[in-house]
Amino acid sequence: MSGALAAAATTTSTGEAVQFWVLGTVAVIGALGTILMRKAVHSALCLAGTMIVLAVFYLANGAYFLGVVQIVVYTGAIMMLFLFVVMLVGVTAADSLKETLKGQRWLAALCGLGFGILLAAGIGNASLTTWNGLGQANSGGNVEGLAALVFTKYVFAFEITGALLITAAVGAMVLTHRERIERARSQREQSEARVRTGRNVPPLPAPGVYARHNAVDIPGLLPDGTTSELTVNATLRGRGQIRDVSGEALAELAALEQRSERWLGRKPKGEDGKGANGTPANGTSANDAGNGANGNDAKRNDANADGKGVDERSEDAEHHKGVAT
Amino acid sequence: MENLIGLLVAVPLFGAALLLCGGRRLDGKGPYIGTVLAAASFGIGAVLFADMLGRGEHDRALHSTVFSWIPVGGFRADVAFQLDQLSMTFVLLITGVGTLIHIYSIGYMAHDERRRRFFGYLNLFLAAMLLLVLADNYLLLYVGWEGVGLASYLLIGFWQHKPSAATAAKKAFIVNRVGDVGLSIAIMLMFTTFGSFAFAPVLAEADRAGEGKLTAIGLMLLLAACGKSAQVPLQSWLGDAMEGPTPVSALIHAATMVTAGVYLITRSGAIFNAAPDAQTAVVTVGAVTLLFGAIVGCAKDDIKKALAGSTMSQIGYMILAAGLGPIGYVFAIMHLVTHGFFKAGLFLGAGSVMHSMNDEVDMRKYGGLRRYMPITFVTFGLGYLAIIGFPGLSGFWSKDKIIEAAFAKGGTEGWILGGAALLGAAITAYYMTRVMLLTFFGEKRWVPDENGNEPHPHESPGSMTFPMIVLAFGSVLAGGLFSLNDAFVKWLEPVTGHSHGHSPLSAAAVTGGTVVVLVIGVALAWAQYGRQPVPRTAPRGSLLTRAARRDLLQDDFNHVVLVQPGQYLTRGLVYVDHKLVDGVVNGTAASVGGLSGRLRKLQNGYARTYAVSMFGGTAVLIAATLLMRAV
Amino acid sequence: MSPVYYLYLAALLFTIGAAGVLIRRNAIILFMCVELMLNACNLAFVAFSRLHGNLDGQIIAFFTMVVAAAEVVVGLAIIVTVFRSRHSASVDDASLMKL
Repeated sequence: MSGALAAAATTTSTGEAVQFWVLGTVAVIGALGTILMRKAVHSALCLAGTMIVLAVFYLANGAYFLGVVQIVVYTGAIMMLFLFVVMLVGVTAADSLKETLKGQRWLAALCGLGFGILLAAGIGNASLTTWNGLGQANSGGNVEGLAALVFTKYVFAFEITGALLITAAVGAMVLTHRERIERARSQREQSEARVRTGRNVPPLPAPGVYARHNAVDIPGLLPDGTTSELTVNATLRGRGQIRDVSGEALAELAALEQRSERWLGRKPKGEDGKGANGTPANGTSANDAGNGANGNDAKRNDANADGKGVDERSEDAEHHKGVAT
Repeated sequence: MENLIGLLVAVPLFGAALLLCGGRRLDGKGPYIGTVLAAASFGIGAVLFADMLGRGEHDRALHSTVFSWIPVGGFRADVAFQLDQLSMTFVLLITGVGTLIHIYSIGYMAHDERRRRFFGYLNLFLAAMLLLVLADNYLLLYVGWEGVGLASYLLIGFWQHKPSAATAAKKAFIVNRVGDVGLSIAIMLMFTTFGSFAFAPVLAEADRAGEGKLTAIGLMLLLAACGKSAQVPLQSWLGDAMEGPTPVSALIHAATMVTAGVYLITRSGAIFNAAPDAQTAVVTVGAVTLLFGAIVGCAKDDIKKALAGSTMSQIGYMILAAGLGPIGYVFAIMHLVTHGFFKAGLFLGAGSVMHSMNDEVDMRKYGGLRRYMPITFVTFGLGYLAIIGFPGLSGFWSKDKIIEAAFAKGGTEGWILGGAALLGAAITAYYMTRVMLLTFFGEKRWVPDENGNEPHPHESPGSMTFPMIVLAFGSVLAGGLFSLNDAFVKWLEPVTGHSHGHSPLSAAAVTGGTVVVLVIGVALAWAQYGRQPVPRTAPRGSLLTRAARRDLLQDDFNHVVLVQPGQYLTRGLVYVDHKLVDGVVNGTAASVGGLSGRLRKLQNGYARTYAVSMFGGTAVLIAATLLMRAV
Repeated sequence: MSPVYYLYLAALLFTIGAAGVLIRRNAIILFMCVELMLNACNLAFVAFSRLHGNLDGQIIAFFTMVVAAAEVVVGLAIIVTVFRSRHSASVDDASLMKL
């Protein structure tokens, strides 16, 4: 690489050429991934990849300091900041790629194509024949060279960027800061307020039908089989990240019961006669069980908790065993 | 002495400001303040007059530059006064008669709530009129000219609660405006021709300008004079102006303001002397008006309107005289002064009669007043004798000279003008005798007014009779004094110049003719109104009488010739405005609105759409850069 | 290979980033695309630095990074604030400018 730097020629070494074509492809793919992935997390990761490739290119072009800064600051700090915000906003929320603005995509494509072609034409037109190379400039060390420039020729710009950064930091704080305008209510006050209004006097019901998945985003079921949004965390509700799996859960439950019957080789609900494929009957019991587990209805809970609740868990365990087998 | 000239104008102006801005505190004292200030102005005038008499006759003019008004580059207009014999004559007439009428108004307006304002307007008028006659340039004269117009407007419409008074004021103002346009054009022409407004350079160089230009200036000045002096064709406002209080009619619309036209023509004599065509126009206007006014005066039953017709007619004499050139200028001014005395006296007498007759103006409802109002009767009678030209009285001396000068014009023109003047004298005798007989002689024809109050004629208070007596003296003596040893001619000659024309008739013949027509006129009136009882309601009368009652159809003429075409033009313009101009404007607005409605869709509020346009713009910029490089 | 290809790559990345700004609605991804564009510029600067044989281009790229960092900090803070009040990070939802 140092040879390539030293050479003030119009061509580079073969090694650099190979590196360029390989990593350049990666960079373009990463860039395309950034703009085409539906989930913001994936986009951020693609962008991080592109940035690392660019860091390599900086190094290849003799900008050692920048290459390191690119990795440490950009990829390490800024992209992580992005990820942090993405998590805050909702990691699983996938954007619809369907365009809502009429003609926007066509116009964007047209402008992009035209812009790219024109830019390429401009570069092609430019007479970039002599490449001086950085051998001379980097002779005293890249960092030392940069430092010499930053603290002499560009010292004012440097100072101003310092002011800019401070302003940005303060600005971010001001923007995100929320003034608490009233005292936080204590737990006692909250419970008193609940009793006074008569709504949700006991603690809110827990989410999830079964302790499967990360059940926190699955709402509990009401006695009639509909979901209760009250069981899901308000933030998830706000993001619209509630997974409505009640129908799926019911079907799975029916299938599970069926399988466990078959596994055990017994017909405990022979009286029903339709234990094997009697979805309605089993469904009902599953529904009851679900509600019981949710603790949504105190009476049901009392009546069924002992029997069904235990039953359920054993079935679940058996199911896992079955799957494992 | 020069400084006193400015003071002459400043004193009444100060009075006007004081009275108009002074507020209610001055309500009681206002009339006296106004009168004292007018009298002070007269006193200053008298001092200046005495001073002037003390100097040689070619050394009498005084100049006083108060300040430089509009100094812009080479252009220069000064507030500067010139007091020569002509101005002096006017100053004495204006302040003298003005003071008398102020005194008269104290009594006449005693019961009017707004009399402070009235005296303020009167003082304003005095100031403006003095400015008019004292100005040493046409621009300042124009200021005074507009000032008297304003004062006239305010005073005619003084009883603005009467719609007729408000309308009359507007009419007077608008008709005067036509004349004022003439004056302003004349002044502009003067400036382009002579490069100055001042009398001295303009009049001194008048001969050198082309005759065509002088004729144009002269005709414009004549238009101005017609407007201010109520001459045909701008005569229509004077009759209606009688809606104002009678002292106003006496001062402004008889003695002073309406004679401003005569002053203007006399002052601009050098221009008219060099423009014979303009002079012909002037004498034509004068001759036509003197007959017009006289005929109107014969038919009016309203005493003030009859006198207004008479005023018009007498000013016609003056204009005629002024149009005759150097022969006539002196006599025009002389008649102006004597007319100022006797016509003011007649109006004050009329006011006195109205005052005692519950403001009744119809002469057919007077009759036999001589026993009830002896002083008014005597002073009015002396004024009457003066105006008809009774030998020895003021009117005789001045009018006789005008008729003589008219004959002296020579040729057919001279005969026509002289004949018209003589005929006018006969008609004057007729209508004034009619006024006299209807008012003071015959049986009582009094009727109660609309409130049912029977009139109780009585002599007016001393403040009203005193001015009438003074003016009666003037009516009797002024003409004789002026003519004694040709005093007035010698007095004015240095300013106006004077020449003796050659009359085809001898002076004695003219005087004899005048006396003869006078007797005929009086006799006719006696036959019609003295010998037989006068009906309370006017008989239908001949076609001419009916036309004369309608001011010889002047308003109808104006309506048909000026107002209606104007209205048609306006309607047409309104139509064009609505259809064409509004169409274009609305069409533009609608198309802009429509276009905006479409363009607004570009502004859909989505940041990404704006980003596309920015990006597209960048692409275009790059393309342009590359293109410029390639070229 | 001529180093001019670095410039072509920078142009390509820049165009891709710009297209991303135009077609994506998620404000966070929009910001990532802006970062991509800035990085493409930086690549071009570094390549120019090599072309001219001095370090001024690298200095500019360095400043670009600083400014980008400041921009990201403020931009993300804005996004968080907007999300907090609107429960959405879509730039199309913030369209109050239209009538």
